[in-house]
Amino acid sequence: MTRTEQRLAAANVTVALVALFGGVVTGLFQALEYAGVEIYSSLAPVIRSHYHSVSIHGVLNALVFTTFFICGFVPFVLSRSLQAPLASARLGWLTFWVMVGGLVLASIPLVGNAATVMFTFYPPLQAHWAFYVGLTLVVVGTWLVTLNLVLTWRAWRARNPDGRTPLAAFMSLVTFAMWTIASLGLAAEMLVLLIPWSLGLVGGTDALLARTLFWFTGHPIVYFWLLPAYISWYTLVPRQAGGKLFSDPMARTSFILFLILSTPIGIHHQYTDPGIHQGWKLLHALLTFAVFFPSLLTFFNVTASLETAGRARGARGWISWFGKLPWTDPSVAAQVLAMVLFAFGGVGGLINASFNVNMVVHNTAYIVGHLHLTVGTAVALTFMGITYWLVPHLAGRVLWSRAVALVQVWLWFGGMLIFSPTLHELGLRGMPRRTDIGHVSYMQPQWKTLLPLVGIGGSILFVSAALYFLNMVLTATVSRRAPQAAPDFAEAVSGPDHAPAFVDRWRPWLALAALLIAIAYGPTLIRLAITTPLTTPGLRVW
Amino acid sequence: MATGRPSTVYLWELAWILPSIALPVGMLAALAVTAFGAGINVAGDRGRIDPTKVAEHALFREPGVAEIAPGQYEVRMTGQIWAFAPNEVRVPAGSTVHFWATSKDLVHGLFVPRHNVNVMLLPGQISHAQARFDTPGEYPIICHEYCGIAHHTMAGKIIVEARR
Ligand SMILES: [Cu+2]
Repeated sequence: MTRTEQRLAAANVTVALVALFGGVVTGLFQALEYAGVEIYSSLAPVIRSHYHSVSIHGVLNALVFTTFFICGFVPFVLSRSLQAPLASARLGWLTFWVMVGGLVLASIPLVGNAATVMFTFYPPLQAHWAFYVGLTLVVVGTWLVTLNLVLTWRAWRARNPDGRTPLAAFMSLVTFAMWTIASLGLAAEMLVLLIPWSLGLVGGTDALLARTLFWFTGHPIVYFWLLPAYISWYTLVPRQAGGKLFSDPMARTSFILFLILSTPIGIHHQYTDPGIHQGWKLLHALLTFAVFFPSLLTFFNVTASLETAGRARGARGWISWFGKLPWTDPSVAAQVLAMVLFAFGGVGGLINASFNVNMVVHNTAYIVGHLHLTVGTAVALTFMGITYWLVPHLAGRVLWSRAVALVQVWLWFGGMLIFSPTLHELGLRGMPRRTDIGHVSYMQPQWKTLLPLVGIGGSILFVSAALYFLNMVLTATVSRRAPQAAPDFAEAVSGPDHAPAFVDRWRPWLALAALLIAIAYGPTLIRLAITTPLTTPGLRVW
Repeated sequence: MATGRPSTVYLWELAWILPSIALPVGMLAALAVTAFGAGINVAGDRGRIDPTKVAEHALFREPGVAEIAPGQYEVRMTGQIWAFAPNEVRVPAGSTVHFWATSKDLVHGLFVPRHNVNVMLLPGQISHAQARFDTPGEYPIICHEYCGIAHHTMAGKIIVEARR
C-alpha cells in the first residue's frame, strides 16, 4: 500500500460521487413528476423531457457511479489485502484517464439530449456515436483494472508460493474475473452492432440480436455492482462491528459460485422477447435459481458474522445481538440497513426470475421498485457506508459530522421504505416503468391514489442524498486534519485453512464458467448471428 | 448460536446449506408445473419478419380483429410510433383473444395488465400472446417499452361486452 493506491482510489471515488450527485438530482425530478408536479417546464432547456431525465439518471447512477466507485475501491482493497502496491501505478493512471475520457465522450450527447435512449440503449433508437464509443472506453478501462489486479496478484504469488490468497484479495479477483467475462456481450454489441451503425458505416441493425448481447452483460453487471458490496460485508463490516467473519470457506465458495453462475442466466431478462424459444428461457430460469444458492450462503454467513459481533458486545439470546451492533457508527449502520432491505430485494428478484410469473411484473414500475432495493440500496447505501471511512481515510481528515451521517442513513432507509413498496404495488396495478406517468393518456384511478407516495419517498431520498454530499464535501475540505485509519480485515471463526485448496484454483472454475456460458448462450447466439439480417434502420425520435 | 468454536461452524453451515438447496429446488418444481401445466405461456419463437415490409406480410396486411372460431378472436396488430393498429379491440365476455403482433419501427411493448398479455414487439420478430377476457369492462393496452418522446401516449383498449 503506497500513496499511489490512495490517490487512485480518491480520483475514482470523486468521479463516482459527482455522477451520483447528477443521478439523484434527476431522480428527484422523476419522483416529483410522478406525484403530479409539472417540473420539466421549469427545467427547460437543460432537461428537455422526462425521458432525458430518466436517461441521465440511469446512466449516471447505474453505470458511472457504480463502475468508478468499484474501480477505486476494489484495487484499494486488493492492495491492502496483499500488503503490496499495485503492479503498475502507470497502468492504474492510464486506466483512470481512459475511463474519464470515455465518460466525457458519452456525457456530451447524454447531457445534450442526443442520447436519450435510457441506460439500456435498445436499438433501433439511435444515440450519437460518441455515447456508444464513450461507454465502450469505460468498459475497456475496467479490463485494464483486471489486468492490473491479476499482475499484482501474480507478483504476490511469486513472493508467496505457498501462502493462501487472503479472502479480500480473492474476492476482488473473482469480481473482476467475472465482470471481464460478462462484459464481452456488451463489448460485442458495441463494436459489432452499435458503433458502426451509429457512424453510418452499416445501414441497419437488429433489435433481438442487440438485446441478447446486451443482457449477456446486463444481468451479471448486477453482480459486478453487488460483489464489491459483499467484499465489504464479508471482510470489513464484521471487524467494524466488533466481531469476526463466520466462515471463510463458505465465503470463498459463494464467490466461486457467483463466478460460474452470474453470466449464463441473462435471458431471464428476455422472457417476454419473441424470437427465443421457451426452452432456452426455462434453462436460464433454472440457472437463475441456482445463483440464488450463493446468495443464500451470503445472507447466512454475513448475518452469522454480525451475530458474533453482537455477542462480543455482550448480547445474549436469539435476537438481541442485532440491537447490540454499533448503531452509532454510520458506516456500520448504513451497511446493515442496506443488508436488511436487500433481503426483500432478493425475494422480489425471485419473482422476476420466475419465467411466467414475470409476465405480471415485466417492464412495470415493480421493476423500478426492485432496482431501488438492489442497486439503489444494497449497493448505493453500502457504498455510502464505505465512504464514511474511506473518504476520511483518503482525505486525512475526520468525518465532518457523525450525527448528520446517521440521520442520512436512516432517511435513506425510511425514504426507501415508502418509495420502493409503492412502486412495487404500482407495478402490480399495471403501471409501466420509464414512462412519463404525469402525462399518460391512460391514467388509471388505482395508480393515482398511490403516486403522491412516490414523490414523498423520492423527496426523502433526495434530502438524505443532499446531507450525504454536504458531509462528504465538508469532510474533504474543511474538517479537522488527522490521519484516519482504514478498518482492518476481519478474522474468521472458521479460517481459510478449513477451505479445500481447490477452491482457490482458477483454471477449473473459469473453464466451468465458459462451458456453462457456451451451453446456455451458444446455440441462441450462433443462430442469431448466422440468420439475422442487419436491416432495421435507426431512429431518433425524442 | 455462533459460539466462536471452529469445530461447530461446519454443522451450522450444513444446517443452512441443506434448506438453501431445497428452497430453490422446490420453487423450480412449482415453476415447472405452472410452465407446462397451467396454460400460462411466455413468448416463444414465432419467426422473423422483414421490419421494412410489415404491411406486405400476410399476417399484417390488414390489421384488425376477427372471430376465428366460436369464442375465439384473433387480433392482428402492429405497433408503430406512437400507436397500436388497431387501437380498439371489441370482444364479448368469455372470449379468448389471440394476439399476433409486430413493430414497424422501434421496440414497443404489448401489455394488458392482469391478463397475462406481456410481450415485447421487436422490429424483425413476430410476437404472440393469448388471454381470456371474462369480465365485461374496458382494459387498457399499454406500450410499456420506452419508444421516444410520446411513448406515454401509445395505448389502446380492449372493450369486453356483456353477452346479451
Ligand atoms: Cu411504444
